[in-house]
Amino acid sequence: MITDLTGLTPELLREMYRRMVLVREFELRAIAERRIGLIPGFIHASIGQEASAVGVGMAMRPEDVFTSTHRGHGHLISKGGDVARMMAELAARATGYCGGRGGSLHIADFALGSLGANGIVAGGIPMAVGAALAFAMRGEERVAVSFFGDGAANQGAFHEALNLAGLWKLPVVFVCENNLYGEGTPQHKQAPLADLALRARSYAFPGVIVDGNDAPSVYRAASEALERARHGLGPTLLECKTYRWHGHYEGDPQVYKPTGEQQEWQARCPIVRLGAALVTAGVATEADLEAIREAVRAELDEAVAFARQSPQPQPDEALMGVYAETHGGKVF
Amino acid sequence: MRELTYSEAIREALAEEMARDPSVFLIGEDVGVFGGVFGVTQGLLDQFGEARVLDTPISESAIIGAALGAAMMGMRPVAEIMFGDFLPIAGDQIVNQLAKARYMSGGKANVPVTVRVTTGAPGSAAQQHSQSPEAWFMNVPGLKIVTPATPADAKGLLKSAIRGDDPVLFFEHKMLYAERGDVPPDPDFLVPFGEARLAREGAHITVVAIGGMLRHALRAADQLAEEGIQLEVIDPRTLVPFDLETVVRSIEKTGRLIIAHEAHKRCGAGAEIAALIAEEALDWLDAPIVRVAAKNVPIPYAPALEQYVLPSAEDIVAAAHKLALPLRIR
Repeated sequence: MITDLTGLTPELLREMYRRMVLVREFELRAIAERRIGLIPGFIHASIGQEASAVGVGMAMRPEDVFTSTHRGHGHLISKGGDVARMMAELAARATGYCGGRGGSLHIADFALGSLGANGIVAGGIPMAVGAALAFAMRGEERVAVSFFGDGAANQGAFHEALNLAGLWKLPVVFVCENNLYGEGTPQHKQAPLADLALRARSYAFPGVIVDGNDAPSVYRAASEALERARHGLGPTLLECKTYRWHGHYEGDPQVYKPTGEQQEWQARCPIVRLGAALVTAGVATEADLEAIREAVRAELDEAVAFARQSPQPQPDEALMGVYAETHGGKVF
Repeated sequence: MRELTYSEAIREALAEEMARDPSVFLIGEDVGVFGGVFGVTQGLLDQFGEARVLDTPISESAIIGAALGAAMMGMRPVAEIMFGDFLPIAGDQIVNQLAKARYMSGGKANVPVTVRVTTGAPGSAAQQHSQSPEAWFMNVPGLKIVTPATPADAKGLLKSAIRGDDPVLFFEHKMLYAERGDVPPDPDFLVPFGEARLAREGAHITVVAIGGMLRHALRAADQLAEEGIQLEVIDPRTLVPFDLETVVRSIEKTGRLIIAHEAHKRCGAGAEIAALIAEEALDWLDAPIVRVAAKNVPIPYAPALEQYVLPSAEDIVAAAHKLALPLRIR
């Protein structure tokens, strides 16, 4: 498998590498910190899927928005998310992205275009269509992206949302990160077809399959889909073929994975692969890559320290922020 | 002041808000060309064009989700779900997404979404087109639940819903669409949430009548007045937020409470209201609280069966008789 770097600037490629390392290291660090008690909730790590998140995230413009999933840390980091506020949210601190209300499953950053991770696998897809509808109604050249997994493609909301987007030719890109498992059941036991991109045909827009472990390929395919959407040509379903190295959640015994399968995919590590391509192409040296990894680890040390030092939310803050207007306290 | 039907009042509210604010738009099944299955949105497509009156596929999840996404991006959608019975088709989008978007994002999401939906039994519509599902959603923090019972309230409450920044389930009772009443022509006429309306003063028994039950309560009050029993009829107008204070004040006077709604009795809105009164005003009660509600079976088709299951003015009269005997009126 050759990584084609055509059309990507050295700066972009190095940043792509950095963000992928940041996603990987964020996940590893969060898992480690959860084990020692900093993080009370569950974590759905995206280790192994960094190329699909970063390839799409970096192709987006700042004004584009996205909906994310339970496995969403990479999506936000790919668009510039603040790992300190992310770690603080996981650690249930007042300084976290949602003030400790949401945790990993609900991190949102509207300033960066994140409309929120989601605890319901296809829950964010109709929302992205709605954001795209707003852009189309106002004539804005913005695109909404919806990340979801192969499991979500079997929920009704997926089909309703894609149908509506296809019907109205809305500026939305559906990114299916097909990691071969929906929770603990393999994709071949969940859908009668291996290539979920084929479902786009039912909704009259292109379905594109891309090697989801190759960030430059994802980036190029996402850029094309985003431009189509931006210029009024409608949605694309982009299926990124990838693999989840960890369980559905941390602690999942993964009895459902056949022997040897994970090793095969780990041999196709998206980060190692991009690093090797950068070195081969002379875009970076091994020393440059190591420096990037060092810097990322230092950034995460700071993020963890920030989370640790941050205060817990005040208990009665739980009662605030349910509504914009509380009608004299009759609702709160 | 002039008379409008409930249906016309809703249409006027929609037209005024759409004219006032370009971010307001309609989205739903048959809202455009068809004019709404009950005719409520007739003419709005001609007036505002198809860019703002969006006919959708029969896709309730997509309707609510699209409204939510558009709202997060600064629009003020008014979504229509044809029948309250269909709300569960969009269950996740309403309960897990719409209701919680503001809270779980730590206040970043603004969610000005109004969901217009019909409620109540129109007669022989059977199990899946007759339900009154208000209370299903009262248990979901984040939603506001509005139940207009008059044309004026339909207009004023809908305008408040559209101008507000929270998700509202706006329950329009199908049997009220043709009811007539005075409606203020003022384009800024708003009815605030959380303020009940005293629909009729009376000394003896308080009746909290929700939505479609208001007219039955008023009829019962007329009939009972001839016997010397005075009902005080309160229309809560919104169930979330709920104006407990007005109800308590009335019970302080009457000492008796009937709660009337068309939803099933078990865990209907009346259960919550009764519990609130038990918590806050038990000492004022001279008799047990009585709920007049649909029996706990699916709404049947045959008129003879349906009328037996649904609550009526006669049921309120019977409940009042029960409470008034022995007539120990203060």
